[in-house]
Formats: sequence, C-alpha cells, structure tokens
Amino acid sequence: MGTKIYDCISRIAERIIDNKDYLTDLDREIGDADHGVNMARGFQAVLEKVPPDNANIGEVLKKTGMTLLSTVGGASGPLYGTAFMEAGKAVAGKESLDAGDVPVILNAVIGGIQKRGKAVRGEKTMLDALIPALESFTEKMTASSDVFEAMDAACAAARDGVAFTRTIRATKGRASYLGDRSIGHQDPGATSATLIMEAVRDFLRG
Amino acid sequence: MKKLINEVDNVVNEMLDGMAAAYPQYVRRLDGLDVLVRAGGSAGKVALISGGGSGHEPSHGGFVGKGMLDGAVAGAVFTSPTPDQVYEAIKAANGGKGVLLVIKNYTGDVMNFEMAADMAADEGIQVEKVVVADDVAVENSTWTTGRRGIAGTVFVHKIAGACAEAGGDLESVKRVAEKVIANVRSMGMSLSACTVPAAGKPSFELAEDEIEIGLGIHGEPGVNREKMGSADDIVDKLLNKILAEGIYKAGDRIAVLVNGMGGTPLMELFIANRHIHEALTGKGLVIAKTIVGNYMTSLDMEGFSITLLKLDDELEKLLNAPANSPAFVQA
Repeated sequence: MGTKIYDCISRIAERIIDNKDYLTDLDREIGDADHGVNMARGFQAVLEKVPPDNANIGEVLKKTGMTLLSTVGGASGPLYGTAFMEAGKAVAGKESLDAGDVPVILNAVIGGIQKRGKAVRGEKTMLDALIPALESFTEKMTASSDVFEAMDAACAAARDGVAFTRTIRATKGRASYLGDRSIGHQDPGATSATLIMEAVRDFLRG
Repeated sequence: MKKLINEVDNVVNEMLDGMAAAYPQYVRRLDGLDVLVRAGGSAGKVALISGGGSGHEPSHGGFVGKGMLDGAVAGAVFTSPTPDQVYEAIKAANGGKGVLLVIKNYTGDVMNFEMAADMAADEGIQVEKVVVADDVAVENSTWTTGRRGIAGTVFVHKIAGACAEAGGDLESVKRVAEKVIANVRSMGMSLSACTVPAAGKPSFELAEDEIEIGLGIHGEPGVNREKMGSADDIVDKLLNKILAEGIYKAGDRIAVLVNGMGGTPLMELFIANRHIHEALTGKGLVIAKTIVGNYMTSLDMEGFSITLLKLDDELEKLLNAPANSPAFVQA
C-alpha cells in the first residue's frame, strides 16, 4: 500500500495506459500517431520509478515530472515533465493537500506549459482544456465551497475545452502544419490533460 | 503488417547496436544511452550534434564521422529524443571548443534540445543551436510552428561539419550552418504511407491512384492529396513550389539533393533526377553538385523529396571538402 500521492499518481498512470490506443488514434488524424504510445511509455516508467512510500508530495510530483521528461520524448515529454515538476515546486514540502492547493497546482501547471511551449489559449493545445478547468474550479469553489463539485466542474470544463479544440485550427505543434485540415479533429494533448484531470477527480472521490 | 523486427519496444535499441557493430571504425555507442559519438572522439574541435526521432536512417547516426557530425541522438520512432540523452551526447562529444546543436524544426525537438542546452550551459559547456526549417510545403506564417526541418538538414551536417573539421570556431560553424539554412529549401511527396512499428498500421491511407503532396518525414498527412501523375509532372510540381521562393535565379550555382523516403527504388530517384536537371538547367541554374539516395527517410514510405541549396564560394568549398561517415563518404 503506497502513500496517497503515490496512489493518485498510479491512478493517473493507469488512466493514460488504458487510453494508449485512443490517444494514438487521435494523434494519427492530425499528428504523427505516437501520443498514446509515448505517454503510456512514460507513465509505465513513472509506476516503476516513483517510490510508493514517499509522502512528500512535492518530491513525488517532481520525480514524476523528471521521469516523464526522460522517457516520453516528443513535445509531450518536456510539456508534461515541466507541468509535473512545476506542480511539485508549487506544493514543495507538503504531505497533505486541501482544496486551496488545487488552483495553486493548476496555475503552476499552466504557467509551466505556457513557458515551455510558448503557447496561449486557443491554439489547439492542452491549455484549451486546462485553463477552462482552472476557471471553472475557482468559480465553483467560490459558489459552493465543495471540492468534489468543483472538481466535477473542472473536468466538465476540460471536456468542453477538448470539444472546442475540434472547432479551431492548430497554430502550435505538429498539427499546425495541416492548417485548416486540423479543424474537425480534437487535440490529443488536450484529451490527455483531461484524462489526467478526471483520474485525479475519480481518485478524490475514492 | 510484416516487419523485420524482434520486439516493437526494442527497435531503436537493437538498431543502434547494429549500427555500432557495423561501423566500429566510425562510431561508438554510449553505454546505456541512445547516443552514437565518433569512435575516436572529438578533442580540439567544435562538436556538431544532431538527432531526432528514429525512422529517418541513415539520419542521424549514419552521418557521425570525419567532416560531418560528432554525435547523434536517437529518439523513439518519429519522437524527439529526451533532454537527458541530448545532454549526455553534448558532454561526451564536447571536445573543449564548444558544441553546436543542429535541430530540425519540430516543437518537440526544439524543446528537448533547448532543455539539454540549458543543462549543459549550467555545467559550463559552450552550446549554440541552429534550427533547420527547409520544408516549403508548410507556409511560414504566424499560424504555424514554422516550417519543418527535412532533408535539407543533411546539407547543414555536411557544410557545418566541414567548417568544424577545418578548425572553425563555434561562431564560424554556427554562421556557416545558418547560411545553409537561409539558402536551402525542400519539398516532398509520397506514394504510400509508412507504418510505425508500434502503431502497426499505415499512418494514412492512399488510394491506388492518389499521391500526397507536401508531407513531412513522419507519416503525417500532407498539404494536398492529388491524383497520381508521371514522374516528370510530380517533379515539376515540387520544383515549382521550391522555385516560387525566389531564392534560386538564373546563373546561380546550386546543389541538389534527391532524397528517397525509404521505400522508393533508386531507379525512380534517378528518373526523377533526370527531369530535375532538365528543368533546372532549362531555367538557367547551374547544378554544381547532385546527391541522390536515401538520406532522410521515413521508414518504409514510398516517395521522395527535392532539396535545393544556393551556393556561394564558401559553401561550395565546404560542400566539396572530404567527409568520411558511414552514410556519406567523399574523397
């Protein structure tokens, strides 16, 4: 039995590995057909390398990020690697988290991805799922103070964000080479980001 | 799908062992890493490192050797290598005169190589980078990540490699590499998609009478899908797009690379080259050098790309300088 943060990371890893083919199929349409394969390889390594008994959440998130950075490759490696490492920095030293930490982590994740990927919202990237998720979480927390409801709202917003990526053309990443041909396809990165959000939500619900 | 492989997860690893076993006089594989460096090291010269996803063989390991690269980093198939691997390549190839990274313009490659450069700079190693973006199929606009790097990268390896071999300092090697990048343009097409081993099926489907124009080197769909035409028609289509750049004018001396994507016989590449010469000479261009073969492939894809490089005295001299690497030998 591992620590709670290890269990949460494991839940994320399993969700990504379970969706390997789905993510790869999405990437085949507008990219180079490797997103699921690369992410699954990275999270398999996370399952093997992240220590189950370390309760220091910042350290576990950082180790997760470094493992992704050295195993995923492509653009997703630096982006998800940076995201988890920045999340780890944002909650450095903590052994438990509360609702107030969620926006702190999401802000750090979004900031890290923006900096590394030099992208903004509306370019058909994972930011189109994550930024609405953060906004909806904050809005719902202010209205109801219920972290479960807020996580549900965040996940719904992320799903809506994925749907939105279908309607726009990509201006970042490999899909941008397709120009208008990228319209009508959902972004694989926004999809994997949403799967991760949903895995965390499901973990919190128990 | 039939492939001459053992384990899908082990293709890059086994390929690198096979390359190291084939060319011990040229390359050495770093223990536990997907990095090939020169067997004899690179002491006392600027080191050139390139790399990228695997599946483009002989790029990039095949160009490690005298007058070309000092190190090559191999990622998973069509996937940029990770920063830790690039970082180890930089450390191993660094001969004390600095390191130039030759990056193809893909989001992932640029990010991973830049992170590695940051890590190496923290260790006090002098690292510079150039980004190759020669593919004219992709419009260079604010709406894209910029043009892709494809076969033109081989000219960067050759010319910057010759400059480094001749004792050029890091600044000169980078300047020459950037001059090549400014003057090189490419365009490719395919007759059939490629099959990534881990995916197990072709990356897109083409009907018997269809071709894909303007695709990259990763099995990604191209810019247009068109009806199959003759070799000469296809050559004209690709050349017109390249010439529309306005870089190559009557009287210019140029180098031509006719690059196979992996599944097209040399016979067809030579047939294409025949009309390339006819068409370019007809426009008053002077072809100073021609290279035909499989240099920047896309696994088993059928298709080819045309690359033109405008030469000046400096570039032509460096292009014709000796080179000795597994995939490119020139006396």
